[in-house]
Amino acid sequence: MRQKLLTAVTTAAIIAGPAFAELTIIDTSYRTGPYAANGVPFSDGYQDYFTLLNARDGGIGGEMINLVECETGYNTEKGVECYEATKNEGDGALIYQPLSTGITYQLIPKASADAIPMHTMGYGRTSAKNGGVFEWIFNYPATYWDGASHAITHILNENDGDISGHKIALVYHNSAYGKEPIRTLEELAEKHGFELMLQPVDHPGQEQGSQWLQIRRQQPDNVIMWGWGVMNQVAIQEAVNIRYPMDQFIGIWWSGSENDVKSAGAAADGYKALTFHNLGSDYPIYDDIQEHVVDTGNAAGAGDQLGTVLYNRGMYAAMLAAEAVKTAQEMHGVSAINAAQMRDGMENLEMTEEKMVDLGLPNFGPEFTVSCENHGGNGFGAVSQWNAEAGEFELITDYFQSDQEIIAKLVKEDSMQYAEENGIEPRC
Amino acid sequence: MFYREAGDFKTSYTDDSQTFPIRIDRVGYYVALIAAFAVVPFVINDYWVNAIFLPFLIYSIAAIGLNILVGYCGQVSLGTGGFMAVGAYACYKLMTSFPDVNIFFHIIIAGVITAAVGVLFGLPSLRIKGFYLAVATLAAQFFLVWLFNRVPWFYNYSASGQISAPERTIAGVPITGAETAPWAAYLFCLVFVLASALIARNLTRGMAGRKWMAIRDMDIAAEIIGVNPLKAKLSAFAVSSFFVGISGALFFAVYLGAVEVGEVFGINKSFLVLFMVIIGGLGSIFGSFAGAAFLVLLPVLLKNTLVGGLGWPTDLASHLEFVIVGGLIIVFLVAEPHGLAQLWRITKEKLRLWPFPH
Repeated sequence: MRQKLLTAVTTAAIIAGPAFAELTIIDTSYRTGPYAANGVPFSDGYQDYFTLLNARDGGIGGEMINLVECETGYNTEKGVECYEATKNEGDGALIYQPLSTGITYQLIPKASADAIPMHTMGYGRTSAKNGGVFEWIFNYPATYWDGASHAITHILNENDGDISGHKIALVYHNSAYGKEPIRTLEELAEKHGFELMLQPVDHPGQEQGSQWLQIRRQQPDNVIMWGWGVMNQVAIQEAVNIRYPMDQFIGIWWSGSENDVKSAGAAADGYKALTFHNLGSDYPIYDDIQEHVVDTGNAAGAGDQLGTVLYNRGMYAAMLAAEAVKTAQEMHGVSAINAAQMRDGMENLEMTEEKMVDLGLPNFGPEFTVSCENHGGNGFGAVSQWNAEAGEFELITDYFQSDQEIIAKLVKEDSMQYAEENGIEPRC
Repeated sequence: MFYREAGDFKTSYTDDSQTFPIRIDRVGYYVALIAAFAVVPFVINDYWVNAIFLPFLIYSIAAIGLNILVGYCGQVSLGTGGFMAVGAYACYKLMTSFPDVNIFFHIIIAGVITAAVGVLFGLPSLRIKGFYLAVATLAAQFFLVWLFNRVPWFYNYSASGQISAPERTIAGVPITGAETAPWAAYLFCLVFVLASALIARNLTRGMAGRKWMAIRDMDIAAEIIGVNPLKAKLSAFAVSSFFVGISGALFFAVYLGAVEVGEVFGINKSFLVLFMVIIGGLGSIFGSFAGAAFLVLLPVLLKNTLVGGLGWPTDLASHLEFVIVGGLIIVFLVAEPHGLAQLWRITKEKLRLWPFPH
């Protein structure tokens, strides 16, 4: 009897107690607040991928993944609380993926001081691409400035390479996030001779009547949008209301999810959005997710987001993190890596088509390599278009590269300014 | 039994009018001060400072500031977020323009600048009252946020429009920036909180405070007995904005380190501080602390209990948090419409009589 009790107690303690030497990965999600509609699918994809690795492969390199979720509500104060609460979780957090430009700006100095890598995939501070200055910050595979250039390149291609005299409007979230592309677009306007028209929209973006009235009056040839959350839906609805041609309207990758277009109905058909990964659920990995995650009842959230654009993006982010862990394990020859080794893994990450095929994600993202000089990938992206009838976004172009010449110059300028302000000596 | 004036003889007017007339209160106050200055700095870590102490201390200053305006002078203001933004941006401009000057002075000057802006937006209070004044201050809130977003000079023409605090030190110890030790940030804010509370307490029980309260209770009667409404109202706006500006500067420089005006100093901030004042107790310095503690600490406590302790999903916990905090606000205000400070006051009264209530 006594023996039994002892065994029971010990077993319970083993189950309840923290497992040894896990890989701690933090998911600072937002399932509440004005941006929840976008935060939920991303977080579900991020978590499901790690759940899959745990269930199917027993973690990464034999180490189980301990995924810690912390709710930020897209609020910077809560973001700080989350960061402080989770950074010493387990053996120390390996990577942060804040999914908020505001929280990213907040955490850049903190994470750098605490030596914890942060991956701001396709958002955050673009000039963090210069890894010599931003040692702990990564934003591969593409940055906002790449996105701005992708949009313009796409417009150029549609117009036989000549857009001089064109008028292009930028409808943007009036925050650090929305202001990011302005400088690049200004440079590109000079280079290609188009006129840039700025239309800021204040947080959270429900009021856009005056901006779209301006657009109706001035009839720009193209509209580019930098929106997030409810702002996207409202903008697309307003564009429909003024009968703006949808195929002339291009959103950044954060303005291109099903949530954004569905509410406008069939009229939103033809709306374009950029992306840096592939779409849909037609990949071998989805069978594994179905088998190991959904069918076992371990799917994150309500489990109804599979195959959506943002779910894929969350999964892509998780995949890149997992690949960086593998790279780090190979480099250092240990399976239980720490944050500094994780950083090395990220800095030497190489994404190739073979790797993605092996993972069950053929042609899912562009190939790229990361290095000390380049934390931002090679700047490849593609354009997707909304098909309202089928209810899905479809890729309409191959991956193409952004205008590296202009972007490299801007990245250098901005990162060196940061280095100067903060007394950082570039590493490379 | 133990909580009473009996035996504690006052031999001078100063003694008689002190803030804590009961010995046990006084002792408690000094013990709290010693603990705050000499014990807490040695035991806190990053989490305690950044998630609990800094927001609590900084919101306390903001609540004290707003309490002077709303609680003591009766002028409703919804512009707190905007005024905090003035403090933050003033501090940022000062920090970057005069990097050699001590950050301590920058924060005080930021408070003074905010006071001037506050007086400017307080001018309408001479003509309009009550809800109408609330609307006028609401205009200040939106105008100021728009201004800081619109004019690049305020954020030194940075591409993102964000302001971020460079590292500044006092006697070699970093106070702002990522390398700040938890105790340094904590002590720095604590000094400001203590000074603010002392100044506010002594202002409100002096001539200035009596004038404000006369205006609050009935402005015409106050005018008849010789209170100049122009001076009283504008001085309330100035003093209030000074504290709010200091809190904004600390919020930006010490607590967050990087700020985006629309998100951090939006209308929500104005409401949050106003709720702190109302829940804590209008016209009470203690109430400002109680209200700040209630609205800052309770959500963190709930989150840690529900997610960390019980292991609930984060979204469920986050939604429940709203329900519980909202419910508690209603419960407290039904139980005592004058806020937590009044509850405390009643408790003290009862304690004095205990155990012989008759």
